[in-house]
Amino acid sequence: MDDQLAAQSSPSVPVYSIALLSASAIAYEILLVRLFSIIQWHHYAYMVISLALMGYGASGTFLAFTSKKLLSRFQLALTANIILFAVAAFACFLVAQSIPFNPDEMGFDADQWIYLVAMYLVLAIPFFFAANAIGLSLAYTRSQLAQVYAADLMGAGVGSLAVVLLLFFVFPLPALQLLVILGLLSAFVASWETGFRRSLVGFMVLLLSATVVVSGKWIEITPSPYKDLEQSLRITGSHVIAEHSSPMGLISVVDSPVVPFRHAPGLSVSATAKIPQQRGVYIDGNGPLVINRNSGGQAEPDFMNHMTSALPYHVADHRRILLPASGTGTDIRQALLLSHAEVTAVEINPQIIAMMQGDYRDYSGGLYSNPRVRVINAEIRGFLQGSEETYDLINIPLMDSFNVSSTGLLSLSEDYMFTVETIALYLQRLNPDGMLAINRWIRMPPRDMFKILGTVVEVLEKQGVHDIHERLAIIRGWQTSILIVKNGVITEKERENIRQFAEQQSFDLVYLPGMHEAEANRFNMLAQPYYYQAAVKLLGPSRQQFIDNYKFNLQPATNDQPYFFNFFKWSSLPEILELHGRGGVPLIDTGYLVIVATLIQAVLVGGLLVLLPLYFLRRRSSRKDKKIGAGRVFVYFSALGVAFLLIEIAFIQKLTLFLHHPLYAIAVSLASFLLFAGLGSQWSRRFVSNQSRSPALLPAGMVIVLCMIYLAGLDFVFAQLIHYPDVIRIVFSVVMVAPLAFFMGMPFPLGMTSLSEHAEEWLPWAWGINGCASVVSAILATLIAIHYGFSTVILAGAALYAISALTFPVIIAEE
Amino acid sequence: MGELVFIRRLLLIGSLLWLIMLPAYATGESEYKLARERLIELIEQDVRETSEYINKTQLDQRVMDAMASVPRHEFVPERQRVSAYDNRPLAIGHGQTISQPYMVAVMTDLIKPEPGDRVLEIGTGSGYQAAVLAQLVDKVFSIEIIDPLGRAAERLFQKLGYNNIISRIGDGYYGWKEQAPFDAIVVTAAASHVPPPLIEQLKPGGHMVIPVGSRFLTQQLMLVTKDEKGQITTRQVLPVAFVPLTGEH
Repeated sequence: MDDQLAAQSSPSVPVYSIALLSASAIAYEILLVRLFSIIQWHHYAYMVISLALMGYGASGTFLAFTSKKLLSRFQLALTANIILFAVAAFACFLVAQSIPFNPDEMGFDADQWIYLVAMYLVLAIPFFFAANAIGLSLAYTRSQLAQVYAADLMGAGVGSLAVVLLLFFVFPLPALQLLVILGLLSAFVASWETGFRRSLVGFMVLLLSATVVVSGKWIEITPSPYKDLEQSLRITGSHVIAEHSSPMGLISVVDSPVVPFRHAPGLSVSATAKIPQQRGVYIDGNGPLVINRNSGGQAEPDFMNHMTSALPYHVADHRRILLPASGTGTDIRQALLLSHAEVTAVEINPQIIAMMQGDYRDYSGGLYSNPRVRVINAEIRGFLQGSEETYDLINIPLMDSFNVSSTGLLSLSEDYMFTVETIALYLQRLNPDGMLAINRWIRMPPRDMFKILGTVVEVLEKQGVHDIHERLAIIRGWQTSILIVKNGVITEKERENIRQFAEQQSFDLVYLPGMHEAEANRFNMLAQPYYYQAAVKLLGPSRQQFIDNYKFNLQPATNDQPYFFNFFKWSSLPEILELHGRGGVPLIDTGYLVIVATLIQAVLVGGLLVLLPLYFLRRRSSRKDKKIGAGRVFVYFSALGVAFLLIEIAFIQKLTLFLHHPLYAIAVSLASFLLFAGLGSQWSRRFVSNQSRSPALLPAGMVIVLCMIYLAGLDFVFAQLIHYPDVIRIVFSVVMVAPLAFFMGMPFPLGMTSLSEHAEEWLPWAWGINGCASVVSAILATLIAIHYGFSTVILAGAALYAISALTFPVIIAEE
Repeated sequence: MGELVFIRRLLLIGSLLWLIMLPAYATGESEYKLARERLIELIEQDVRETSEYINKTQLDQRVMDAMASVPRHEFVPERQRVSAYDNRPLAIGHGQTISQPYMVAVMTDLIKPEPGDRVLEIGTGSGYQAAVLAQLVDKVFSIEIIDPLGRAAERLFQKLGYNNIISRIGDGYYGWKEQAPFDAIVVTAAASHVPPPLIEQLKPGGHMVIPVGSRFLTQQLMLVTKDEKGQITTRQVLPVAFVPLTGEH
């Protein structure tokens, strides 16, 4: 203890090294999601990395037992933990990617669960060391604790922004090497700041950095053999000819000269037209999208005329067509071939546009450079909101690959393409007699198209349309379906065109004004004409009853609950589980269950990590007078940990709606939240001297007030600013986040400072509670949003700030 | 002292675990036969429960007999043998799988195999589906696109004496024109569409079956039928007893 006091008598605050370490730790976290989205699938990446962050919680537990010893040799402990973080960040990634985890087998194979646990245990190690370094620094610096915490937050803010930028220029694996070197560099800075064996540390850092750089020659990303890209590369002659990487995904272009791609989803079984040469395009190993080779002659019948997606071109002539998510141009090709229209193609990923206008311009016949095509690099909602243009046809393609769709992988991804608000927006942009066409995969039992139809009907009802049933048409093949919504009544001639097209291509009518049940279910037969029956119900007075009674969730998605792809219903789970092993596994939309499983695991692991040190700390200090009660510490720090992320995540979502582009939204909001919270932490010390009972009262109160103001007025303000350029909206977003984050950054260091002054034995424990609560919070936010919407997430966050204000860890003796 | 007790406990638990695991590894032919019989019972039970979808309460007895006679353990990698008679898909390497036996039985039944039939299979995999078919029809023609898998299956067919399976390595999209037409076609890996050459090589009155879904999870089976006039219809068979609508309908 004397050593410790001696050490603390001249504390050198390692702010720069902590900022650097935090920057590389958060960048590592973001990069891991990227890497494991390529290796595995996105939602498992999300689960594994969420749980790996429990390393932060584990560090609190570890420090609760060891901090005294470690603080007596603080310089060594700090430097060693940072070096260990960097080494583990590299090594643990390599180990984790070699674990043969296959989510598809989880229903059959118990080993998969072991692999899964192994993955997040391994990946928790680097976060454990990073948290040790930060936690020790907080405990060591005591009076300057807020400064260290500020460095931690601000470093993380810069790190989150920097890694997004970095990923535009560097592939994920070299980015990992750079981050590891940054981590090592922070160890050197730590040794410099604390005056600990600078030459030795410098030499070690140099040696390890060189090892990381040199090992780059031998390491590579090894994706699951069941990913679409890996499957296609098994085929003789198939190989990757180009790769482009950005934070939006790793694009791999594949040529398969021996066994051509022949990708034509939705092609009629009676079609005989040849499919042109194609190149496969995979994003994060999922796909393929294809680039069709331009054959030159367009006189021969084209295969694209025999797909369900060709229906709108057979119903009427269109002069102006909008193609959202135009991807590799398949739908542009179809529109150019089957109409004489001017085409507006909107694509969110600039690398795909650059690819199509550059390397694949000739191959694709200049689709993206065609004089009839206008290419817009934007997110579709943003484009529609910023423009008053109207169209004769808006044709929404299939977008997601069948495999991704069929396994319910998207169910926890927020998606604004099919929300009530976005569908209303599409309909507003239709000319009189214009058409909105929505293409979807067919899944068995049916669900996607039913939910789309329910959404469209709800929107039209809200708009006061009375003859909805006269405006809709749906057909289906064996694998794909298409819904047409007309801005007007579908004429007799158009009905005839639809019937004729469906008959010629052996597609089934699902719904057409005036059709009979006998016309449904003729070519692609189901046990019953389920689609027709559902369409009749969804268009009739018993729509809500049908939705309520259906075993999949068909409730329309909204911007506040943007989970179109979540079809899961708890009430169906027992029946599905009983069918497990009898072909029932594919009935489960795994995404939702994955998030529930993640939450349960996080609560269990977090609970253990929090309770364990509590038990020992109580025993150890039972003879002493307790100055601050454990209950108070627990409630305060867990409420704060949960609340901070609930609010941050909910505002990221709000900003996604406002900034349109999810990447801008995440980068801007994450960076501003962390930076301004860091500033808040630094300023928090001014509040300490002024107030004694609950210094957290003012900042927590301000957070609550700001949350309420934003909830009440933000939508209105966003609507006024929606037409302004990106830069203005980004600046407004930062201005909006700044005061909120500023006050959110205060309560934690205030509480920690109070502990360091009056009950320092609780410090590591509080640090651990905060770590565990943050992990639980990130998962909880999604679950609350799925069930109650993002506004409720903000309300819950605000309520927790209120709780924290009331439970500030003050000294009981003084109370 | 405490450590000693701990080590002894650990050894005891280890030995018990070993004893429990032992029977699973020490599996001989007779055990395999027993396991196969249990599997057949399971499949029969599943079929009864999914009767509404497959329009029958039991599969063709010949199909079940074939399932009961094909040694599935020969068609899975050594380390998977312990699970060979579980009613589940198994990984066979190269990113490929051997289907769930229940699916194999339903798919085989759907194409209504007759003793004189010539059947084309696209996607040999480890050869299990071809071996089941070989018990039921005159000749099975099987095409595998992945070189090492195709060669391994070919060797296995020779070893097990499946002389009526003719296999080759190549692109299945164009079928096997020289041997066409076929009474039935089994496509074991779903494509983005039904290859027109396969429809062409199907005899009038013939059936083609295609599983739809991911490698491990079959979402539905698609049965393509070519009637006597050459008209094509497809039927979506949901191989699971699940009615998605409850209550009033």
